[in-house]
Amino acid sequence: MNHKGALLFDGQRVDLIVNAFNHIMANFNLNINGATRQVDVDPTTPMLWVLRDHLQLVGTKYGCGIAQCGACTIHLNGVAMRSCILPVSAVGNQAITTIEGLSEKGDHPVQKAWLEHDVPQCGYCQAGQIMNAAALLKSNPHPSDEEIEGAMHGNLCRCGTYTRIKAAIKTAAGTAE
Amino acid sequence: MTRVKTSFNRRSFLKTTALAGGGMMLSISWLACQATPDEVLAMPDEWYDLDGFLKIGNNGVVTIMSPNPEIGQNVKTSMPMLVAEELDVDWSKVIVEQAPLNTDVFTRQLAGGSQSIRQAWKPLRMAGATARHMLKEAAAQAWQVPVEEITTEAGVIYHKASGKSAGYGEMASSAVNSTVPEEVELKELADFKIIGTPRKNVDGKKIVTGQPLFGLDTYREGMLTAMLVHPPAFGLRFKSMDDSAVRTMPGIKDVFVLTSYPEGMKTEWTDVSAFKEFVAIVGASTWEVMNAKKALRVDWQPIENFDQTAGLENTSDHARKMEELGAKLAEVARKDGDPEGAFRRATKVIERSYTAPFLAHNTMEPMNFFAHVTQDKAELLGPIQTPEAMEKSVSARLNMPLEQIDIQMSRQGGGFGRRLYGHFIVEAAVISQKMNAPVKLVYSREDDMTFGTYRPAYHATYRAALDENNNLIAFHVRAGGIPESPLFANRFPAGALDNYLAERWSIESNISVGAFRAPRSNFIAGAEQSFLDEVAEAAGKDPIAFRLELLEQAKNNPVGERNDYEADRYAGVLELVREKSNWNNGDLPGVSRGVSAYFCHNSYVAQVLDLVMQDGRPKIEKVYCAVDCGVVVNPLAATNLVEGGTVDGIGHALYSGLTFKEGTPEQNNFDKYRLIRHTEAPKSIEVHFVKNEIDPTGLGEPPFPPVMGAVANAMYKATGKRYYHQPLLGERQMLG
Repeated sequence: MNHKGALLFDGQRVDLIVNAFNHIMANFNLNINGATRQVDVDPTTPMLWVLRDHLQLVGTKYGCGIAQCGACTIHLNGVAMRSCILPVSAVGNQAITTIEGLSEKGDHPVQKAWLEHDVPQCGYCQAGQIMNAAALLKSNPHPSDEEIEGAMHGNLCRCGTYTRIKAAIKTAAGTAE
Repeated sequence: MTRVKTSFNRRSFLKTTALAGGGMMLSISWLACQATPDEVLAMPDEWYDLDGFLKIGNNGVVTIMSPNPEIGQNVKTSMPMLVAEELDVDWSKVIVEQAPLNTDVFTRQLAGGSQSIRQAWKPLRMAGATARHMLKEAAAQAWQVPVEEITTEAGVIYHKASGKSAGYGEMASSAVNSTVPEEVELKELADFKIIGTPRKNVDGKKIVTGQPLFGLDTYREGMLTAMLVHPPAFGLRFKSMDDSAVRTMPGIKDVFVLTSYPEGMKTEWTDVSAFKEFVAIVGASTWEVMNAKKALRVDWQPIENFDQTAGLENTSDHARKMEELGAKLAEVARKDGDPEGAFRRATKVIERSYTAPFLAHNTMEPMNFFAHVTQDKAELLGPIQTPEAMEKSVSARLNMPLEQIDIQMSRQGGGFGRRLYGHFIVEAAVISQKMNAPVKLVYSREDDMTFGTYRPAYHATYRAALDENNNLIAFHVRAGGIPESPLFANRFPAGALDNYLAERWSIESNISVGAFRAPRSNFIAGAEQSFLDEVAEAAGKDPIAFRLELLEQAKNNPVGERNDYEADRYAGVLELVREKSNWNNGDLPGVSRGVSAYFCHNSYVAQVLDLVMQDGRPKIEKVYCAVDCGVVVNPLAATNLVEGGTVDGIGHALYSGLTFKEGTPEQNNFDKYRLIRHTEAPKSIEVHFVKNEIDPTGLGEPPFPPVMGAVANAMYKATGKRYYHQPLLGERQMLG
């Protein structure tokens, strides 16, 4: 009982397969880390699970599912975004960057600063912290302490590495004393 | 010179040959442990396994197995440092691998109680020293010289008299046949080249580039995803369900009810679960299973013997019951002298009560585990603090011998005690068995926060008696909780006073609890240190001088048989923090400071905290920490752990708490449950270690409890108001 249809999702034409139970699967061509990746998923699927379950990009972490912890932070056109509440259907052909694509060799200034300060303890939240910090420095290359704290407020770390994260961001920004 | 007896199983001394696959895997590990990631180490053609703890490649590259679960406490870096030190190798030529559970080779593969480094201090160094000795024997044999004339340095063997030298890799193949020494010599502390030097996290590069490391990152061919639906309230169990709508949802493979721990099954201490019967939903992907979970309709009913249990509990009732019991005589745990007589003749009596709520662990990585159970094998992989005990549980549950159960440990997105209780491994195993397929069990954040094994709720009442000269002449603590007492009867100030009384009580509950970072200390330290601050003030004494006075008494005239602390070392951290914080020069203008000190998990920590109040909220300017954990193995990680424990302690004191209504947790995600955030963290933290040559003790827990007292005491200085109820910025506090 499947039939194919066409629908516009956010300006992008996608093929739809509507099955007998009215559950929609759709084909999306996504621009991830500079490459086109194709997935066939329920359009409501958050990018977090598209990345993790369908594309094996597991650096983006699940922490809360309601945009309260920041572990799932990615870049959408260079802007930090919570991938756990971003449906794949809203992405269109906008550029997605994940922690795996932040730099080719893991040498983005923020990643280097993280290693220099040996920031991680358990490490689970750090990809999200790094992605948020990288987006902050892109829009504000020399943030004040207050601006760093404010921008990072949404990223939780149960291990309590906040002071080291701040120091690493300052190093990456080149404003460390 | 320290000589230690070796205790190796000859079976493990086998030569192993590297496979292409193994080599590849190892080269990835190598990248992860490099400070300069661009440098890639050439992999050896052959590996020689010397004692199960390490392998040496024919080119001198060394792989050291890290035996214990890594939960963020840095053992994956610092434990191999112990082996590498005595093996005498260049740390940059070391690859670290996580060992699987292997009780033949390793002992105590557990993350808990801040004991990993303490308990591994001699055994892991011995493992390194044994391998080094065997390499020296091999060289002596090859060169026909006495082994006593052989020396080593950074992975090279020398016979200085003849000018001969060889890399470890050249001798590794013959070293596997060397006699295992019965005793080995360990290095003097002064000769350490790796221990005591800052070494970066061996997984650092993988973490910052988002490589798969954690349990939740496990994906296998044909793997299904499973999630649980458990009763919404403590005191309820499964009754019936309507899964008709769910079964037809896309990706859903099956829905069924299972039991993790059937009646009569032999369980371990780690098998804590309030919800032994649960609904499992299994599907192709996480999002599909999450959607099905929302659509499933389940009816619940009261548990058996409901009338005799605590029923569906409410936080308001908890508070009332704790207050009632806190006012009654309880079980005496320790009594020195004549406390009541001293209270009768006191000039001044101070009595205060402190409370703290249930807490959810909230590891950033929710509970999860991978299981693939077949007829004759159970393959398990994921984050667990107690693999050894859980292997026994899985064995009992599946009725499968231990040899057929393989537990591999992933890096763990936090532990804090939550992953001591591995019900999720048993759940994953029975789901996989039922599905006859590889399955990853995933807890949603809501599942994770509402499944139990919480930090208990606590209450403590303190009384102090001062004489006319403001001397403390009696001390009384009565501490209880739901469902356990936080009392440590033999800790400070026990031993410092002639008249001392400690009592404990507890209240039954349906809510399951478990160890939480520094169990019991995580409440009682803050309560005690807040109370001592108030007593010092009543006695007109400086809070640090007051504590040192008591410690002096404990040192010179200890009262009682058993006091679980060394007064000297306790005083040592207070003196160090006093000096480093410039305490005697008084508070900085506009800044309020508080002090606290505590001993737990074999380590001593004192903290001075500076804050300013802004719109009724504390802004923490600085925390000074003084720590005595003996020899510091990895100062870089140790400093990080003290900073983190301090931030975590401040957060839990000020913000966190779990409340209940009709047995249901009222907070189930981070929109309602408060954890400390970036804007609330201290602006800076200074960490100072006491320098001594005492065998090292742990750091995962000790920095966490005392800072709760320091922040409460600083807030008093800022506001003139004492804070008795955690969270200090919670509703109850504000209501008074």
